[in-house]
Formats: sequence, C-alpha cells, structure tokens
Amino acid sequence: MLDVPTRRITAFADRSFASPADKAVRIAEASPAARFVVRGRAAVPQTAAVALGFPLATDVCRAALGGERVALWLGPDEWLVIAPEHEAESLGAALASALAGVPHALVDVSHRNVGLTVSGPKASYILNHGCPLDLSLAAFPVGMCTRTILAKAEVVLWRTAEDAFRLECWRSFGPYVADFLEEARTEFK
Amino acid sequence: MSAPFRLPAGGRIDRSKPLSFSFDGKSYPGFAGDTLASALIASGVHLMGRSFKYHRPRGFLTAGPDEPNALVGVGASDDRYTPNLRAPVVELHDGLVAESQNRWPSLSFDVGAINDVLLGRFIPAGFYYKTFMWPKSFWKSVYEPKIRAAAGLGRPPKDPDSARYTQVYHHTDILVIGTGPAGLAAALAAAKSGLRVLVCDEQPEFGGSLLHDLSSSIDGKTPAQFVADAVADLARQPNVTLLTRTTAFGYTPHNMIGLIERVTDHIAHADPKLPRERMWHVRAGEVVLATGAIERPLVFPENDRPGVMLADAARAYANRWAAKPGSRAVVATADDGAYRAALDLKAAGVEIALIADMRANPTGALVAQARAAGIRVETGSVVTGTRGRLRVKTAHVARLDANGNAGAPEPFACDLVLMSGGWTPTVHLFSQSRGKLRWDEALGAYVPGTSAERERSAGGCRGVYDLQAVLADGTAAGEDAVRAAKGMPGPSRGFMVTGSPATSGGYLGAVPHDRNPATVKAFVDFQNDVTAKDLKLATREGMRSIEHVKRYTTTGMATDQGKTSNMNALGIVSDSLKTPIPQIGLTTFRMPYTPVTFGAFAGASRGDLFDPVRRTPAHDWAVAEGATFEPVGQWKRAWWFPKAGEDMHAAVDREVKAIRTSVGLFDASTLGKIEVVGPDAAKFMELMYTNAWAKLGVGRCRYGVMLREDGFVMDDGVIGRIADDRFHVTTTTGGAPRVLAHMEDYLQTEFPHLDVWLTSITEQWAVIAVQGPKAREVIAPLVDGVDLSTAAFPHMSVRECKVCGVPARLFRVSFTGELGFEINVPADYGRAVWEAVHASGKPFGITPYGTEAMHVARAEKGYIIVGQETDGTATPDDVGLGWAIGKTKPDFVGKRALARPSMANADRKQLVGLLTKDPKTTLEEGAQIVADAHVEMPARMIGHVTSSYQSPTLGRSIAMAMVKGGRARIGSSLFVPMPDGVIEATVVEPIFYDKEGARLDA
Amino acid sequence: MLIINCPICGPRPEIEFRYGGEAHVARPAGTETLDDQTVADRLYMRTNPKGLHFERWRHAHGCGKYFNAVRDTVSDFFVTTYKAGEPKPDVAALLKDQAR
Repeated sequence: MLDVPTRRITAFADRSFASPADKAVRIAEASPAARFVVRGRAAVPQTAAVALGFPLATDVCRAALGGERVALWLGPDEWLVIAPEHEAESLGAALASALAGVPHALVDVSHRNVGLTVSGPKASYILNHGCPLDLSLAAFPVGMCTRTILAKAEVVLWRTAEDAFRLECWRSFGPYVADFLEEARTEFK
Repeated sequence: MSAPFRLPAGGRIDRSKPLSFSFDGKSYPGFAGDTLASALIASGVHLMGRSFKYHRPRGFLTAGPDEPNALVGVGASDDRYTPNLRAPVVELHDGLVAESQNRWPSLSFDVGAINDVLLGRFIPAGFYYKTFMWPKSFWKSVYEPKIRAAAGLGRPPKDPDSARYTQVYHHTDILVIGTGPAGLAAALAAAKSGLRVLVCDEQPEFGGSLLHDLSSSIDGKTPAQFVADAVADLARQPNVTLLTRTTAFGYTPHNMIGLIERVTDHIAHADPKLPRERMWHVRAGEVVLATGAIERPLVFPENDRPGVMLADAARAYANRWAAKPGSRAVVATADDGAYRAALDLKAAGVEIALIADMRANPTGALVAQARAAGIRVETGSVVTGTRGRLRVKTAHVARLDANGNAGAPEPFACDLVLMSGGWTPTVHLFSQSRGKLRWDEALGAYVPGTSAERERSAGGCRGVYDLQAVLADGTAAGEDAVRAAKGMPGPSRGFMVTGSPATSGGYLGAVPHDRNPATVKAFVDFQNDVTAKDLKLATREGMRSIEHVKRYTTTGMATDQGKTSNMNALGIVSDSLKTPIPQIGLTTFRMPYTPVTFGAFAGASRGDLFDPVRRTPAHDWAVAEGATFEPVGQWKRAWWFPKAGEDMHAAVDREVKAIRTSVGLFDASTLGKIEVVGPDAAKFMELMYTNAWAKLGVGRCRYGVMLREDGFVMDDGVIGRIADDRFHVTTTTGGAPRVLAHMEDYLQTEFPHLDVWLTSITEQWAVIAVQGPKAREVIAPLVDGVDLSTAAFPHMSVRECKVCGVPARLFRVSFTGELGFEINVPADYGRAVWEAVHASGKPFGITPYGTEAMHVARAEKGYIIVGQETDGTATPDDVGLGWAIGKTKPDFVGKRALARPSMANADRKQLVGLLTKDPKTTLEEGAQIVADAHVEMPARMIGHVTSSYQSPTLGRSIAMAMVKGGRARIGSSLFVPMPDGVIEATVVEPIFYDKEGARLDA
Repeated sequence: MLIINCPICGPRPEIEFRYGGEAHVARPAGTETLDDQTVADRLYMRTNPKGLHFERWRHAHGCGKYFNAVRDTVSDFFVTTYKAGEPKPDVAALLKDQAR
C-alpha cells in the first residue's frame, strides 16, 4: 500500500480566517465533521433516536440537539445530521441498524459539505448581504435552520446562538461563500 | 477667495470648515454643508451646462434631485468619475472636481449652439423619425453616431470603477420614506410602538422643507430646532434605524423597496474599506410614503435662461445654504408659495422688482404680507419672455386681458426670475407600487388613490401642503402603519404651528404670450429640450394618448423622468385636444426614481465574486502541473496539460496517445452524482431511465438514458447498483442539478407512493479516472480487498472497498474505450489519493489528461455527449441509443411520447460519422451539411456537424454529425459549404476505433 | 421580489423558489390508452390564461418540495398555494375572496 491520507484536506485548507473585523463578525471554519442525510417518512424521526440519542426534529425549520450531535430539519422528509468527525463510521452504522426496520435513505455526505461559523454582533448584518431572509431573533430564533440562498450559492443556515450562526454549503461553493462573507465584512476591518 | 453672493450670516453651512473645489478647471470656495450648486451660486456662477438638443445655456432650475439642467461630471480620476450627476444634490467636499457636459469647446462658447440659432426651427418633435428614415443602413453608420455626438449627456469614465459597492437585505416592520414634516411626524408616531422602524431620506440631513423654513414655528420652536429635537428623539430609540443620503429608488412587489445609500461621496478622503454606495433591499411590513411635492415651472418663452429658477429653490439656496441666487428678481407665479420665496429673498437682500401673478385676484395671507412688505404685486400678469446671453438680464411682463390674452410687455431688468406654477405631489413610489392614482380636480394634481401594497402616503405627496395639516397627516399615517403592523400606537401627539399661512394656486400648461408661436421656445421638459410648440405639434399630427405624445416628443423621457415637466405637458395636451386631463392618461412612473450607478446594482458581484467558481479537490495539483482550464458551467476543469513548448494540439495528441498505449489520469469529480436509496429504488429507476434496472445485479453498472416526458434525450450516465436498495447514479457535469430536480419532481408529484429518496453526492466523492491498458497495474497496489481481474471485476462493475486506506467506490468503466477505472473517494481525501495514483503510475508514464483529450478519445469511440450531439430534440434512436430502451417495460418517462408517429420518421436527423476526403481537413463544429456539391442558394440544410477533431489514434480528422435520414446515407458523400470552399465528406458509422470493444478488456 | 407562501415552510422570498409550469396537467403515460392527439395536447398545450393560473412551484432552495399555486397573471400576485396532491381549490370562491 502507498500513502494513506490521514487528514482531511477541506476546501478551506489553505485559508486563514483571522481578521481585524473579528470583533464585529468572526468567521471560522467548523471542524471537519461526520454528516449524514437521513430521509424517510413519519416513523423515521423517532426511530433514529435509538442511534442519535434524540429524535430528529419534526418542527419545521428546527434543529434537534444532543451532545455534540445535531439533526437539522431541511424538509418534511429530510434531515442533515452533523456529528464529530470520529463518529463517521460508528454513527453511520448505528443509524443504519436503528433504521433497518423502516423505509428510509441514509447517505454519508461527510465530505460533501463544508461548515463555517459566523458570529459576533454584526453576524446577521453580514449574512444579510447575501441572504434574503429576516434574521431578526423574532423571525429566525436560536435553533432555527433552513436551506436558503447566500448570494449565488445555496446554503444551510442554522442559528446556534443570538449572535452566532453555522452555515453549511457544498464543498466547491465554500471558497465563494467565504470570499463573499469576507468581502461583506470589509467595512469592519 | 471670497464668494460674492454668500450671505454674511445664516444657513446650515459650517463656516468654520471652508472648502475648495473646482468646476471646469477653475477653483471656487465653499463650506461644509454646501452642495456643488449652492457653492457655485454663492460664487455667482449660474451657467452650468448646455441643453441636450439645442445646446442652449442652462443654469439651475431646482435645488434638489428634480434638477434637469445642471448635470455635471464629478471625479478627479476616471476610476472615480461619475457623469450626469445633478449639481444640487452633489455634496461638496474639499478637493471635489466637477466639470460641465455637452459643450465644445467650452461652456461659454459652444459650437453646438448653432442647433439653437440656425437649426432650431428644423428640429421639431418627431424630427428623428421624419428625417433619418432613409436609407435604413444609414441609421447605424451615419445618423446615430452624429446625433449622439451632438446631443448627449456626460462621457462614460474610461477606467474600471475602483470603489466598493455592497448590497444588503433588511427587514423592518415600518419603513418611512422622506423626512420632511410628514415623514418626521410619521416616524415619531411609529417609533413609539416599539416596532422596527427604518427612516430614510435622500438628503444629508433630515427635515426636508423644514430645513429652509425660517418663518414657521412648531410647538414654539423654529423648524430647525423642531427637526433637531425630533431626530435626537428618534436616534435614542433602539428600534429605529435612521438613514440619510439614502434614496428610495424603486418599489417592487410585496413591499420590497430598493434604497441606495451614498456612503462616501461626500467625504474627501473616504476610508476605502467603506462602500461608496450601499444598496438596501428593504422588505417592509408597512410603508409610509412622505416624499413631498415638486414645484412646477411656468411654461413661458425663454423660461430656460440661466437665472430663471423655481421660486422655492431660490428660497432654499438663500435660507438653507446662505447663497444669494441673484440681486434683483422678477417673480412669475400662479401660486401663493412664490410670495413666501419673495419675502424670504427680500429679507436676504434680494431686490424684488415685482411679482407677476397670473391670477386675477389672489387672496392668500402671503399675498397680503408681500404687499405689506412693500413688494410690487401685479395680478393678471405673466412673463412673456426673457433676454440675456448667458444669464437673464431682462424679463418681459405683460398683462392678461379679460380673454386671457397677453398684452404688450414691459421689460424689467433683473438677474433672477423666480417661477412657480404650483406643486406636483411626488407619487413616483406609490405609482411604482402599482397603486392607482386619482385625479384631484381641486388640487389640479394626481394623488394616490387605491393602494396595491401595504402603504399609505402622507403630506405633500398626497396634496396636503399646509404645515399644520401635514404634521397631523404624518402622525395619522405613522399610527395607521403601526396598527396595520399589529402594533400599539402610543398616545397621539398634536403639533402647534404658527407663522405658516395656508397657500393655494397652481397652473398647468403653457402661459399665454404675444410672441410668434412658430419661433419662440417655451420649455416644458428642460432636460430633453421639449417645448410647448413640440407638444402642440404632436397633437396636430394626430397623437392622442399621452404615451404616444411622450414617445414622439421625448417629453418626460430624460433621466429626470419628467419630474418638473410631466404635468405641464399634460396641461398643454389637454388644452390642445380640448380634453380633460384624466381622459388623456398619465405615463408610467418607472424605477429608478433617480439614476442609480451600475456599481450599486452590481454590488459585490464582480471580479472573483461575479459567479461562484467551483474547483475539484485535485484542482491545485493541476494548476501546479501547468494545466489550462476551461469553464464548464461554474466548474473549472483541466482542459489540457501542456509540456514546455507544446501547443494545444500537441498536448492533446500526446495525452490521447498515452490513454491508448499506456495509461492516462483524469479528474472526473465534476460528474453529477445522485444516490437513489430506498426499498423502491429499482422501481423508481425503471421509471426515470429508459433501461431495465430490476435485474441489474448488485455490483454491476449500466449506461442509463434519461428522457423528458416528450421523449427527447435529457441526460445520460453510468449507474452502479451498490445494494438492492441503493443506486449510485452519475449524470453529465452540466446536467446534475437539472437531473436531480427532474427526479424529485416525478418522485414527489407522480410517484409519491414509492419508498425511495434522493441525495446529491456530487461533492461527496472525488472521482479519479485511470484509463488505458496499464490502468489495472497502476491501481492494483492501492486497492484493498478487490480482485481486479476481468473475471472477478468485469467491465461495468462497481465495488465498495478501500483505496489508499480510505473508503472508496471503485467503478470499472470507460469513456475512452480502453480498460478503465474510476476511483471514487471522499472528497477531502481526493488530493492525496490522486497523488498516490499519480505516483503509482510513474513507472508506466502515467499522463494526466484534460477534457479535450477526453472528448477526442470518446469521439474516436463514437460515444455521444448529451448537449453536444443532442440538442433537446433527439430521441434515443436518433443518436443510436435505441438499444437502451427497455422494450417490455410498461412505463418510463417519455415512453408514450416515443410512440408518436413523428418520432419514427425516416427523415429524422440521425447520428452518423463523417470522414472528410482530405484527412487533414477538420470540419467546424456547428457547420451545416448539404446533399449537393453545387450549392445553390437558398441551400437546403440536411444536418450539422456536432463534434469534430483531429484523431491522434487514426491520424486523420473525424467528425460526428446529425443528418436527416443519416443512417441510410452511410457510404455516400455529403458536403459542408464553408466561406472558403465546399468540403466533401463520406458518411460512415459513428464509431472510428475498436468497433468490437476488444480493448475494454485488454 | 414576491413573497411566496410555501405550504410547508411558510412565507419566503421568491428567490428561493423555482417555477415548474402549469399544474394539474396529466402525464401522457401510464397503462391507459391515449390517442396521439391527447398525448400531444398533454405535452405541449397549456391554458395560458389572463387571470387565475394554476401552476407548480418548488421551494428549491428551502424544503425542496413541489407544491401548487394559484397566481393571477394580471397582477402577478399569488392567490393561494397548496400541497402537491391536494385538490384544485374552488376558483369561484377564490375570486370572491379576491374581490373582498
């Protein structure tokens, strides 16, 4: 056998996010993660709890959390599960076995997405440079998540705290999304 | 430097901050708080430009964004140059550089002015349509360039704009547009609710007309103090956002309003990190329009001379900017408002020669005040002309007789003529919102009628002009907005106003005069040089609708969109046609309210951020290897890998030879990939693809053809069965999103009973294609747990395994016709595995190849590319894929359409190969094909070339083509007419190399 | 930019949606026997009305679901939206609602 890659090289491998604008809005790469798309009908959310430790969210556009795992509601039959990288194999196997009895789809998308965190007092203002949604706390409370648009890319946006968001997009859109946010926060540098 | 017309005291300028700027190369003084217009007026400069068509000298007509004359280019260098700015809204900063436009060689001596003196009578309305009709070809080559050179606006900057522009979405419960008395009152009322309130005004400071009101008193305060207190009150409230220098330029559906905030134009040395302009896309729950009203000119002969300006504009220059617009003024009016201007200007030291009031018996309180102040008032009087070359020197005033005809005029020396034909409510935004306007006969104005959006108007923009009433109207509108937004309005507040007498009056149309109507010019649209005579001509020539009159005369079509002219034009047309105004109609108000820069519209979408650039995990490796890239949709794909001294042809030649003789390495990561999972996965695949899937074994692959419902080929790709309930589908690179949406569509709407789900995995997997006779030897050392022999792992198979120790899906597939593998590994490992494969291939001379070699290799084998051989009108049979249709399947998308009679015509275009007589000749892709060597026009085209290359393997050119009844023509000659001759080619089977497919199992 | 009421997610900006053609057009397929004219009509003929139009939309950059909508082609505004598979709403009642 030749070289075995031991480390994931994400789309942000060569990028430094540190900036004088950090005080207003901080952008950082989320740690490489294990990710699964879970799809299925009404029985799936509860059945998945056996593996996840909590049921998938059934409320529209809401995240369900437990420990370091989160399941983001993306559609009435679609969830994005994000977990620590080291759980890629174990959680995948656990979900597969838990869901074996009900019709479902479980697909590993760990490497499909990249994650960013956007936080600070100007986080929603900066996101609103490309995102057309109302990001006020009343309209987009902590725990809300949705697929939406950021400028010319599709993203999944999840509010993790009053002034913090996690943003996921497909790998090849990562540099565009990061560059776009970087440009938007220029005025705070 | 001193400014001779600067008043010694007063105004809102900051006299502690003197500034210097230049206009047409000459330096002038000013103060912070000045506009370019106010500073020039303070220096006695009134000649600002030459008019559009006649090159007549023009000065300032207004003090705001409605300015049609004083258009300037601003910017010290071309990367920061903006043409066509209106001088009254250009804020002064130290070092500002401005220039006049549309003049040559200089502003005071302009050769183009011959248009006025000699040609003027020959350039009537509709001139262009009438004169430049023939010959047609002259329009583009001769007439248009000449006209453009002679009549025009500013010059475009030569350098790319160096400024930053941003755009941001913003949501608010209530948006208040305009901060004159109505807007301020509305904002104060709305703010108390605690709802989110956004307040914007296009000016550098809030207050609107209150900023030049020195005579009123509100709650015992001066208007200036009232504004200051109100703004301070609003600024304290955390739910209120205040935006100055921000124009609401467009009202789009569902209360989405475009605002443009000018962030740095007023700053001499702006922080480059700040955007020059910020475009706000505001979604408002409720909107209060408090956009005020625009004063109308009076349409009398020579009403365009520098020094002739709107009465309230002159008042604003004196009161707000301490700039005296002249020394001796004649006031022409049909409205009480001009009396206030006369009184204020008199107080500022301007001698008022007289007020000529059109009305026979004006009775307002201001009229009495003017008389009491000793101002000569002549009622029933009009101005019938002016004199003066570059500035007005005399105004001719005549009395109207009982029939309204003007008598003999008397000249009055003056350097300023103030005019007021009353006010026009600024209904632009309301009208853009698709609200219906209502004609108010008493006001003589269009006012907002029925709303289409959640908005309400307040104050001047709905014809309420009396200050006390305006404040009450604003308050009511603010409270109404709060209630509509389901908020709680606070206790209602009243305002006590004194010193602001009610006004009345107004006039629409042309003012009577005793001059020769064939020769005098009384301007209606100053920016487009449209006169009363032009409008009358249009009606004489049969125009009835205002829309026709507008296009024929161009009235209201300049960048000012007729802010000062539309109502007078309507008045003239109404008078000519003897038809009431509401029956003539009103032209459409279009966005933007005032011009918006291209930079603001582009925002961040330029340069690298113009569109996402998608790169594969191995992209940087290819860059380091010197690859040339081609864009494929948003992806950047390696096109070819030139070695030193190689051109494209040489590189592609070498790459293809390596595939055929040894082994090539190709980045196929951009291929679309969809994981189809669920108990009904195979059933679903049967419906989505023409092929049969139920019996495809786990671990085996099949080439699938996808049709649209109309039976035409939509996409194709190799599909592997990973498990009973799991398919790994590949699509074309460009088709990936389309195919997934198509599948979701059918799954959700036609086959919702199926237990199957779709997930895009395009970016989960990096795909490394290893193709060529040595491919197996290259990958064998890296693959764990798969017997790679043909017996165990035949062509069109897939295995889940480990490659370089990471989980992989290994496909044995080929798009080159050689033994081939496609290694799928999780994307973040793609680069490392790619390098490992490359290292493993070194002993075999492994050759990275790009999309061009891939195209050539597949064409040699006759493999089609959907979108190249197909164009959305090809059936599977047309492109030789009839074999891929599962004949016994009960249903698949497109099945019924394929059975339509026209789909089986023998005359359909079919895929064939073409070999040119001269093997060195390469046909042009897209070239048309004819049957006869002797092409007679019009030639009957029977097909077109879809792919064409020089084949390194065959040592000659090859081409694929879609030709009518093509398969029946195999063996015959066809012809491709090109500009330098007709090329003969023989029709052959569309497969040029290894027809038996023996090499796949080499 | 319109606000479109996704039957799943609620009101969202138009930019998240994709138009999907006229709604309630039967697939020219299945086991039924259709004559060629009917097939051609189903493939190519659309009502293109002035006024209320039944159409398909997808919340493409949201929950991903296709749904149906009634839109007024004169005003461009949506009258109502409903989930795929639900019956066509009563046009007369919608018009009455609209007039109100």
